[in-house]
Amino acid sequence: MMRLLAFQLVVLFALLARPVLAVQPSEMLADPRLEARARAISEELRCLVCQNQSIDESNADLAHDLRVLVRERLVAGDSDAQAVKYIVDRYGQFVLLKPPVEPATYVLWLSPALLVIFGAAGIIVYLRRRRAQLEPAALSAAEEAELKRLIEEGGP
Amino acid sequence: MRRRLIFILPALVFLGLVAAFYAGLDRDPQLVPSALIGKPVPQFALPALLDGNAGLKTADLKGKVVLVNVFASWCVPCRAEHPLLMRLAKEGLELDGINYKDKPEDAKLWLVNLGDPYKRIGSDLEGTVGIDWGVYGVPETFVVDRAGTIRFKQVGPLSPGVINDTIVPLVRQLSK
Repeated sequence: MMRLLAFQLVVLFALLARPVLAVQPSEMLADPRLEARARAISEELRCLVCQNQSIDESNADLAHDLRVLVRERLVAGDSDAQAVKYIVDRYGQFVLLKPPVEPATYVLWLSPALLVIFGAAGIIVYLRRRRAQLEPAALSAAEEAELKRLIEEGGP
Repeated sequence: MRRRLIFILPALVFLGLVAAFYAGLDRDPQLVPSALIGKPVPQFALPALLDGNAGLKTADLKGKVVLVNVFASWCVPCRAEHPLLMRLAKEGLELDGINYKDKPEDAKLWLVNLGDPYKRIGSDLEGTVGIDWGVYGVPETFVVDRAGTIRFKQVGPLSPGVINDTIVPLVRQLSK
């Protein structure tokens, strides 16, 4: 019984665990709704120093500055899109961890779908061809005659 | 014919990959394309680092081709780059500095020890102006044309190669 409980506790804590947060309590906004918006925005913005972390996860100085800046914009009354645009205007679209859909990124966004389509087409062509090969060819006239003769003879 | 294609195709794909990787060898994945090339200098006004100077603001960067260098005394590559800045200043290029998130007393000592190549230096204590300039790794150097438009940005320390091959020709061309 104790063991089961301990096991359940371990699982519970493992599920609750999240990456250690870089956001410091002093950075957080008092208004929980604004803070939640700021967190959501920061998770989508790339830290330019470490590049594969969002500014929400990064401990870099610049990430801290950008987190504070996003919060300042929100407090100043910016919408989420305006706050993001403010950063993009300065650092370019590279800061967006999720690239926008536009002509320059069509290849990026469409390539998975194209790969699936080409792959499926390849599989279909292959299966069709294999089925055609598995079906036995019709007997030739000579074979037909031989078969008939064997049947009529009634056994070897 | 078709059978031969099946054998050749993977080889071609492989060669394509080799070509792509080879081309990527010399490219720096840390380098971020600047959003500010071709755009006007951001609106800003910074207090002077040195007493008796006027600081640095947007209007100072108009009417002349200027290099704007973002530096800090805590930045090691800046130290490597400094002699090159001194050389550029000696050759008569106008250099302005943004002292990024630095302690003013450290920055002053830096200039006393290593020399001061800058005409004007603005002190960006909080790094907010740095963000307006899209700075993400000190040192950074911008070439600003007469109209106050950013034409070029170097992230990381300048090298003799970049100066001779890119910056000097660009400044010469813009100054015509």
